[in-house]
Amino acid sequence: MSALRFDPIRLPRECEELRKEVRAFLADEIAAGTFNPYQPKREDADAREFAARVGARGWIGMTWPKQYGGHERSFLERYVVTEEMRVANAPVRRFFVADRQSGPILLRYAPEHIKMDILPRICRGELCFAIGMSEPNSGSDLFAAKTRATKTEGGWLINGSKIWTTSAHMADYMIAIFRTSPSTKENRRHGLTQFLVNMKTPGIKVNPIGQITGQKEFNEVVFTDAFVPDDHQLGEIDGAWKQATSELAYERSGPERFLETYYVLTELVRAVGPNPDTRSAEGIGRLVAQLHTMRRMSVSVAGMLQAGKEPVVEASIVKDVGTIWEQQLPHRVRDLAAFVEENAGNRETLENQLTFAMQTAPKLTIQGGTTEVLRGIIARGLGLR
Amino acid sequence: MAEAENIVVATAERIFADLADPQTINHDKDGRWTAPLWRALSEAGLTLAWVGEEFGGAGTDLADGFEIINAAGRFAIAVPLAETLLAGWLLQQGGIASPDGAMTIAPAHPRDRITLDTDGTLSGRARGVPFARTAQHVAVLAEGGDGVSIALVETARLRIDAGLNLANDPSDTVTFDKIMPLACRPAPAGFDATTLMLMGGVARGLQIAGALDRLLAISVNYAGERVAFEKPIGKFQAVQHNLARLAGESAAASAAATSAADAIARAAAFDEAVFLEAAAAKIRCAEAAEKGAAIAHQVHGAIGFTTEHILHRFSLRALAWRDDFGSESHWAVELGKRVAARGADELWPLVASR
Ligand SMILES: Cc1cc2nc3c(=O)[nH]c(=O)nc-3n(C[C@H](O)[C@H](O)[C@H](O)COP(=O)(O)OP(=O)(O)OC[C@H]3O[C@@H](n4cnc5c(N)ncnc54)[C@H](O)[C@@H]3O)c2cc1C
Repeated sequence: MSALRFDPIRLPRECEELRKEVRAFLADEIAAGTFNPYQPKREDADAREFAARVGARGWIGMTWPKQYGGHERSFLERYVVTEEMRVANAPVRRFFVADRQSGPILLRYAPEHIKMDILPRICRGELCFAIGMSEPNSGSDLFAAKTRATKTEGGWLINGSKIWTTSAHMADYMIAIFRTSPSTKENRRHGLTQFLVNMKTPGIKVNPIGQITGQKEFNEVVFTDAFVPDDHQLGEIDGAWKQATSELAYERSGPERFLETYYVLTELVRAVGPNPDTRSAEGIGRLVAQLHTMRRMSVSVAGMLQAGKEPVVEASIVKDVGTIWEQQLPHRVRDLAAFVEENAGNRETLENQLTFAMQTAPKLTIQGGTTEVLRGIIARGLGLR
Repeated sequence: MAEAENIVVATAERIFADLADPQTINHDKDGRWTAPLWRALSEAGLTLAWVGEEFGGAGTDLADGFEIINAAGRFAIAVPLAETLLAGWLLQQGGIASPDGAMTIAPAHPRDRITLDTDGTLSGRARGVPFARTAQHVAVLAEGGDGVSIALVETARLRIDAGLNLANDPSDTVTFDKIMPLACRPAPAGFDATTLMLMGGVARGLQIAGALDRLLAISVNYAGERVAFEKPIGKFQAVQHNLARLAGESAAASAAATSAADAIARAAAFDEAVFLEAAAAKIRCAEAAEKGAAIAHQVHGAIGFTTEHILHRFSLRALAWRDDFGSESHWAVELGKRVAARGADELWPLVASR
């Protein structure tokens, strides 16, 4: 077995220049009241104008070819933008999925005229995408998906439903997998095809689903004879599984996979003040060491992507370790906050953040592939399956 | 650091593979394996890798030396190679030439102090000094009237009370009772006990990462061979998931330790950024050792608990190395204090500066 390798990749100087620009931009946005970095709980931030301003800066589709509106910058530069946005709690929901996942899929599998039409609009921050994978009886077991695409004149008719679809209520497009033929005995992964779906299509109904945080970010999406034209088929008929798995490294190793509850750590440091007792200092020290290590792992995978590798196992490890960490973080901060002075100036902010972060925590190890599924992928990479 | 990419590291790996096979060592009750191994390492210039050529060393750069230490961790070898490298490095900081033979370092714990008296003698006590009784010399960091000094002492002149670490390797208490050193020079500006502890801590982190890398390989291999309920235990999901967690811990240790080593190799001084890297590496590697060793043993069942099996050579050393040059508790308090002193809004810039 070959050892896992996480080389100490350093962000090049142009990244640090870019970081300064992003920080200045975010500081201006905060000053202008676009969002409050200390208030992560936002009802469904749509933030259209914010997306347009980020697009105007060239920070969406950063690594894509210029002919499609992209900027041909490095994965490491994109990494810096993502982490600064995440740490500031910027309202990136409108464009983030398109930037991370949908755009790269279109780049690889969409016909030229679709790419020329859609990708530049993503880059300008105009489009919101949703991911249609899960169904009521098909979550971890993606290949149990039943929602059908039936061939018709000039296209396909979709019937069935998707569930847990984040942002479907505000999405312009969804990239979804539908069943185009039954799976075979030899290959139960066979028979799914990937499509680009315009959410304005008649026959699509989006029903919001409430979450335990009080937010309504995901939805049920019901398709009744919704028409998808032929040129919206992405990649091979019946071969979506190959496509779905090859993009995983991008989805799984980024800074968004360990920074979702980061804000409680900052607030804890603020609450304990400059002269912490031994217990608080030790707790903070450990959390910072873990955070730093997570980030080194994540940057290392970004370096592998930049080098053109497909670090599927390493990326899965980063998501597994990272999401467990961000899930535990609010609980560890709660332990340490128990002894924070009553009169700490930010006590209320800290408590509000902790409440929200602890409500958020359960989802972190579920969304984008559960812990168990990731560990299965890692075990395969180790040669056990 | 999967495969050695340069000649120095390749040499070290080859010597370990030839002369420090864990199975052979495990069955050699008399410790006869150490002499040929040490001879080979020393002839290849690996023991004094960090000593400049002007002082008779190999003048290897810091990065390669760190890789040698990582490789030594992969073989969990119980000879004072990392210690001799560190001692050579410390003496070099003081402009003192390194003698031949095995060396160690004192103090090896952040709370121990050796003082330099006005008459030029050294006093004090250092606990948990690795391999003190088998080394010929000790490189000492001493504090005295004018600040910090670096000294070279023969172990024969010291009182050494034998002790053992968790893995039964020598971990001795060394007492300096008005001992006149062979050489003593002021340390360079800014060099202090913390610098030495950070450097030693990173070395231990690299050894732990190496051992975890091997624990993962041994455990995956065993899970593929051991049959229970009519199939290899590696086919059971619960076992797979445990091994996936072990891979995560091994990856974390490797990422933290190699990043810290890289930071030191590139930095001009042991500044704030190096402190973050080195302290974080020691903390996270120690945590990984605890979690990883537990999983490796779990996967092996009873056989891994026997002296016959090589597993303990790696697991117990990974755990023992947590204690040298500052435990994770020590570094967590120090790191936490610094983070708090910088203030909340400086935390992310610190983490993201690397
Ligand atoms: C906040 C949030 C946002 C989401 N957004 C989207 C989205 O935008 N688009 C989308 O398509 N989906 C989305 N999802 C769905 C997510 O991808 C699924 O929840 C996930 O894949 C798990 O599927 P499930 O919920 O059906 O659970 P199940 O598959 O029923 O799993 C339940 C439990 O059983 C475990 N389990 C299942 N199979 C195995 C196995 N073989 N071995 C071991 N354990 C197993 C799982 O790990 C889990 O712990 C979102 C989920 C959340 C929480």
